[in-house]
Amino acid sequence: MVFGAAGNPKTFDPLFNDDGETFRIIRQMMDTLIMNKPGTADLEPGLAEKWEGSNEGKTWTFSLKKGVKFHDGTPFNAEAVCFNFNRMFNMKGAAAQSQMIYYGDVFEGFAKNEGDASGAPVFKDCQVKDESTAVLNLNKAKGAFPAAFTLPSFSIQSPDALKKYNADQVTQSGDSFSYPEYALKHPTGTGPFKFESWDQAKGEITLSKATDSPTQTAKLDKLVFKVIPDENARKQALKAGDIQGYDYPSPADYGLLRNDGEQVLIRPSFNILYLGINQKNNPKLKDPNVRKALAYGLNRAQFVKSKLPEGAETATQFVPKAIDGYNENVTKYDYDLQKAKDLLKAAGAEGMTLKFYYPTEVTRPYMPNPADIFTSLSEDMKAMGIKVEPIAKPWNGGYKDDVQKAGKHDVHLLGWTGDYNDAGNFVGTFFGREKPEFGFNNPELFSAISAADAAPAGEAHTKAYQEVNQKIMEYLPAIPISYGPPAIVVGPKVKGLVASPLTDERFYTVTVN
Amino acid sequence: MLRFLVRRLLQAIPTLLILSILIFAWLRSLPGGPAGALLGDKATPEKIADLNKLLGLDDPIFIQYFKFLGRAITGDFGNSLVSAQPVMSEIGNFLPATLELGFCAMLIAVGLGIPFGYLSARFRGGAIDNIIIVLSLVGVAVPVFFLGYMMQDALAAPLGLPSQGRQMAGLDATTVTGFAVFDGIITQEWDAAWDAITHLILPAFALATIPLAVIVRITRASVLDVLNEDFIRTANSKGLTQPIVRRRHVLRNGLLPVVTVIGLQTGALLGGAVLTERVFNFRGLGFLLAEGIERRDYPRLQALLLFGALVYVLVNTLVDISYGLIDPRVRVR
Repeated sequence: MVFGAAGNPKTFDPLFNDDGETFRIIRQMMDTLIMNKPGTADLEPGLAEKWEGSNEGKTWTFSLKKGVKFHDGTPFNAEAVCFNFNRMFNMKGAAAQSQMIYYGDVFEGFAKNEGDASGAPVFKDCQVKDESTAVLNLNKAKGAFPAAFTLPSFSIQSPDALKKYNADQVTQSGDSFSYPEYALKHPTGTGPFKFESWDQAKGEITLSKATDSPTQTAKLDKLVFKVIPDENARKQALKAGDIQGYDYPSPADYGLLRNDGEQVLIRPSFNILYLGINQKNNPKLKDPNVRKALAYGLNRAQFVKSKLPEGAETATQFVPKAIDGYNENVTKYDYDLQKAKDLLKAAGAEGMTLKFYYPTEVTRPYMPNPADIFTSLSEDMKAMGIKVEPIAKPWNGGYKDDVQKAGKHDVHLLGWTGDYNDAGNFVGTFFGREKPEFGFNNPELFSAISAADAAPAGEAHTKAYQEVNQKIMEYLPAIPISYGPPAIVVGPKVKGLVASPLTDERFYTVTVN
Repeated sequence: MLRFLVRRLLQAIPTLLILSILIFAWLRSLPGGPAGALLGDKATPEKIADLNKLLGLDDPIFIQYFKFLGRAITGDFGNSLVSAQPVMSEIGNFLPATLELGFCAMLIAVGLGIPFGYLSARFRGGAIDNIIIVLSLVGVAVPVFFLGYMMQDALAAPLGLPSQGRQMAGLDATTVTGFAVFDGIITQEWDAAWDAITHLILPAFALATIPLAVIVRITRASVLDVLNEDFIRTANSKGLTQPIVRRRHVLRNGLLPVVTVIGLQTGALLGGAVLTERVFNFRGLGFLLAEGIERRDYPRLQALLLFGALVYVLVNTLVDISYGLIDPRVRVR
């Protein structure tokens, strides 16, 4: 099967990558200890058949699958698991450390932080209890576990291959990086497909069926990923039969594609689009009633219905429905223009001017057309009597610097796609501490989020985050707008592909007639 | 001739040096940068700042430039931040595709442009002239990428041509030089050669529209000029046949400005190729450039832009040499 990818993978060592295009390919070749149940964000066994948290979440014991081999024939076992985690923890060199984004996000510090890496290490050590039992000890408990063990960056790779092909040799020279042979040519995992070749000139990555004791048996013999950055060209290629599927079709094309007989599979949402509010620049925004007025005055339901693709929903809070900790009963701000105007008047904020930042040269699953979204929301604001000062900046050309680092905005558009089933991955990232993006200091909220993060996995964790979500919707540091469901399209002959909210589609169940 | 060439090459060096400073300064002065694109959506402002520091993007620009120059002189332009490949080998891999596409586009532009321009001048004021002028205006006015999209949607299927890509999926063509048509011929893989040609047709036409329009207009103007010259009247009154007059006197004299324009248009092809290659998913240098701009891939952009400048310099040198071939009075001593 040939699948049309939207961008170039950088290298094939998941530890140094954090983008979806690279992960798509890696997910076919490598496995993690815990995996996501297809089509959901729920956990199921991966390389570990069972897992158990103890010692107040600081120890995780994994009972591993038996009889699995890496693509180079070496056995998968507890030693391999500990080798991988020790490798991450002990990684040397600022160049290497600076690119381990997910490691930094979950495990924070290294054995020795280099360059500007900072933070105390969460990882303590890994013990081999026996061949099929590995025990991970942490210095502190985090709400991210055990869901974070599903992250592709923490795939278990062959220790032999990692050593043989110098996998840690990431260096920086001048203004570019050099990667080792392992990452470019010899990624070695336990997955149903193994790496064959990467033809840069043609933009094709070829995988073949792994036959020697992988975790799953693939139905396809060959899987090719063809890089086609232009969305229209992807559509043309599908029509011509050059590819049998591609990702991120434009919502405007769903109807056309279906008429042609293609299958447009809508993914359950796992992201959020929000209108960020910066309380630092405009003092009126410090008043919670002004922020609530904004929420009442934005006709989000109408916006979702008319501007967003099939399957999109109004967001009631800052986590999607699939997350444990989603709270059905948070304060909702249904559209009420009169109430919005009244609140603004009472707060003396009638006719205020807001600098509204939005990005250009970008589409995101939660934000297919930023300019359109800006137009819709600013129309609503004008109806409330607010003066809008629009400021557009290119995504890679200063937008993120301006809103996330310098905090130049009053309101802005941004969002987030979740990586694993942990509410903290959403609300902790947004509101866990004081940030220039939102410009507020609310110690009560910050400690509520920390406490929820430390709550033991399971019911206590879920309940703690439900309360946090209610607190957030009361304080309203920003306004959640929508949950956007990106789609994946495949041809009529393709069967067995399950669309995943985490963009974690596995191709080993796929057949093409 | 040799002295001329050597002088030209020496002139190219300060040109490229100045260009490298301008390109470098312009790229680095743009807001944003590669760090955000390299680290993806999940990067916090702190991580981006860390990476900027690591890559030396915080240093004063002239320090960054001298470091870059020091490496560039040894031929080290670094690795692409997007593909992790050495930038120079990327250019080597993707160059044949653009050369092939550019060559076909110029073939169309010159092969159709000169005859149409000539016909336009010859039947000046007539129906042919008017039609050709209008079409050339359209050719210049329509944006290349829009034309590309229209061709994909409206022309590809009816004409039975592929609408994107350089090669049919699954075709196992042997690569020798990287020039697909040529490779197919020398390896006698006729299906591969034919496949390459069919994939070239639509993008080459899209890319050719602007040079074609310009060449038509310049040829027309130049031929009109020459037709009014005394020596043409002399040739006619001498009793020479029209074909001889046209070939020996009109065309040869009319071609000088046209050659200049052909040279300039060839140099400018890389710019047109960026959009054409992107729309048609034709993996050449324009494709690389588009991707590099999107992701602010400094190493790749620096090398590609300088390469483009070098090509321009070379093409203009060739144009100057060809003057001497056409007009003996201008022959270089």
